[in-house]
Amino acid sequence: MKLARPLTPAQKDWLLVAGFALAVLTMPVWMRPFGAAYPDLLQRFVIYAIFAVGFNILFGLTGYLSFGHAAFLGAGSYTAVWCFKLLSMNVIPAVLFGVLVAALFAAAIGYVSLRRSGIYFAILTLAFAEMSYNLAYSVLTPITNGETGLQLRRADPRVLDTWISGPTDYIPSTNLFGIDMTGFNGFYFCAVMLILAFYLALRITRSPFGTMLRAIRSNQNRLKYTGVHTRPYALAAFVISGAYAGLAGSLLAVTDPLAGAERMQWTASGEVVLMTILGGVGTLLGPILGAVVIKYFENIFSAFNTQTLHGVFDFLPDGVENGVVSIASLFVGEGWHLTLGLMFMLVVIFVPGGIMEGLRRLGHWLRSAAARVQGGEARGMQAGEARGPALAARHGRARRHRGAPARLHDLKR
Amino acid sequence: MDAILLQFLNGLDKGGAYALIALGLTLIFGTLGVVNFAHGALFMIGAFCAVAFHRLLTVSKVVKDESITFFDAYKEVPYLTAWFGDFGQTLIDYAVPLSILLAIPIMLLLGLAIERGLIRHFYGRSHADQILVTFGLAIVLQEIIKAWFGANPIPAPAPAAFAGSANVGAWLGLGGGVSYPWWRLVYFLFSLAVIGLVFAFLKYTTFGMVVRAGMRDRETVGLLGINIQKRFTIVFAIAVIVAGLAGAMYAPILSPHYHMGMEFLVLSFVVVVVGGMGSLEGAVLAGFLLGILQSFAAMNQVKALIPGIDQVIIYLVAIVVLLVRPRGLMGRAGVMES
Repeated sequence: MKLARPLTPAQKDWLLVAGFALAVLTMPVWMRPFGAAYPDLLQRFVIYAIFAVGFNILFGLTGYLSFGHAAFLGAGSYTAVWCFKLLSMNVIPAVLFGVLVAALFAAAIGYVSLRRSGIYFAILTLAFAEMSYNLAYSVLTPITNGETGLQLRRADPRVLDTWISGPTDYIPSTNLFGIDMTGFNGFYFCAVMLILAFYLALRITRSPFGTMLRAIRSNQNRLKYTGVHTRPYALAAFVISGAYAGLAGSLLAVTDPLAGAERMQWTASGEVVLMTILGGVGTLLGPILGAVVIKYFENIFSAFNTQTLHGVFDFLPDGVENGVVSIASLFVGEGWHLTLGLMFMLVVIFVPGGIMEGLRRLGHWLRSAAARVQGGEARGMQAGEARGPALAARHGRARRHRGAPARLHDLKR
Repeated sequence: MDAILLQFLNGLDKGGAYALIALGLTLIFGTLGVVNFAHGALFMIGAFCAVAFHRLLTVSKVVKDESITFFDAYKEVPYLTAWFGDFGQTLIDYAVPLSILLAIPIMLLLGLAIERGLIRHFYGRSHADQILVTFGLAIVLQEIIKAWFGANPIPAPAPAAFAGSANVGAWLGLGGGVSYPWWRLVYFLFSLAVIGLVFAFLKYTTFGMVVRAGMRDRETVGLLGINIQKRFTIVFAIAVIVAGLAGAMYAPILSPHYHMGMEFLVLSFVVVVVGGMGSLEGAVLAGFLLGILQSFAAMNQVKALIPGIDQVIIYLVAIVVLLVRPRGLMGRAGVMES
């Protein structure tokens, strides 16, 4: 198939956003065959996708690996719940304040952490997040309600709601100007947020600002020598990704209005890192794919137990079945984290580019395979042309691997 | 005065654990240039070596209980007691210190396997990749232990002889007000001994000399015809053993649970950063310093002054150090300062 006129990059982007929006909004339909078409899970897909997209703006573009992003997620959640308690059950102020507070929090932490890079940056952000987590459990209990988590109460003031429609003697549900944010309504609200977030991330990536962030990733020193002060750019990226995390956090509170400190734990930070690298660092769609895959498998795997496993491996002879089940049961249910850890390692070892890289390699392979078939028939120029890029890519990769050990020395300085 | 001495002592055992883990982290970073996020998990595995050894020694058979004569009663008697009587009982009592014998070979094999099988392939990759893969390894190790031993803490008692408290105050002529658990004192001395051994090994053996030279300038040592890589692999294994020993002996102080490694890892990283990346002396010094500082921050008087300080003091120190003196207390100039 050949188009009359090749699309301009801007048109391609619009097509991408439109296709993406369509895919997200129709998730309840096409997720049905996967058994994932219920609102609770769909909401989680979408919310963590926002989190991962935001994280990718920092890690994917600038290369700064933050191990403390969950702190901003938690801050967004707490703020949103407080907003529900004090102001109104309407989700708009909750989301706005959640994003704002998370962004401010990120600005404060980023201002300090970005003075260092590399592992120091990772450790600094980790230290800040652990600090927030510990404080949320101890001194900040009046704000965070400690281990119980922050919950709504009937006696909450809800100033705006009371002012408009009088006091209620029950806890109203979160709403968007009267539309309840439970079930699929909540999902569609989050989905619209994800589409907006995706569009914004796309614009950032394509903008001169995005180019500058990628320049920071590829060679910060050279930028400095050319007279560019890089820290404000990095800080801006950090704050933006913090705001994304805040958005995700406040949406978590919108769909389920309570907030606990465990959302700030380092495991949560690690999870978003994993989502991003599983999908593909620095790609637009990768983090979203990563988030959906991980949340999907988390849901599927952790629901498995030995009984369902026996059902799955029913076709095997009894002795073999028991053996297989006892091994497989290590990886499901409670052991889901083992699968996660293994996945983490396998991805980092074998496909550092994540799912997107895997897809691209597959595409290359298919194309070159197709070209070979064609070449067998016609031996035309076309085959050589089609094989060219794939070969070049493979050569490039090989060179990168061979060149790598020489860099160790530089890294240590 | 008593209170201050007590807090000082309380900091020593925790500081010892921090120092041992940080020492291993620094060794690995200094030799292989790899940031090992799985080191806390290795500490945890060491602690579970103690648990496993204790279980191994107390494998029991069921025998008839002769003391009950009304009906047939049965009780479990460990084979060791059945075979060796009192000597077997003593062995079981000393399970934790003896578990070192199990921990050393296990940690050695584990260390060699991890370095040869995994870390080796990550020398040329970015620090971010190294962090990520060892982070994944930490999760895997942790989950394997959880699948095997369960999620609940498993107590591993100290030998009965060390169960009580030492009257440290009386030794120092301060009256009887200061008592300190024997086992913590043992742990402190043990950590000093291990640190001393590692330093002596690096300082007074030819092997250690080559390793130190390799840490300075790997290329030149390689050009002299020395297989530095092989030695660094052994250093990695040593660092893993040190973490394992630190964990095994820590079991009576903190009942091992599968999650303990990460708590120690985060703090140990902070220790390494404060001490100075790549400085062994700095790691040890900062380990004890932060352990003691943490225990002082836990004093009620201090907490009344600044609430919550005990939770964050270590991180605060790290942040201040990183901003004011990024090379750390004893770090060399120019090592990973950016």
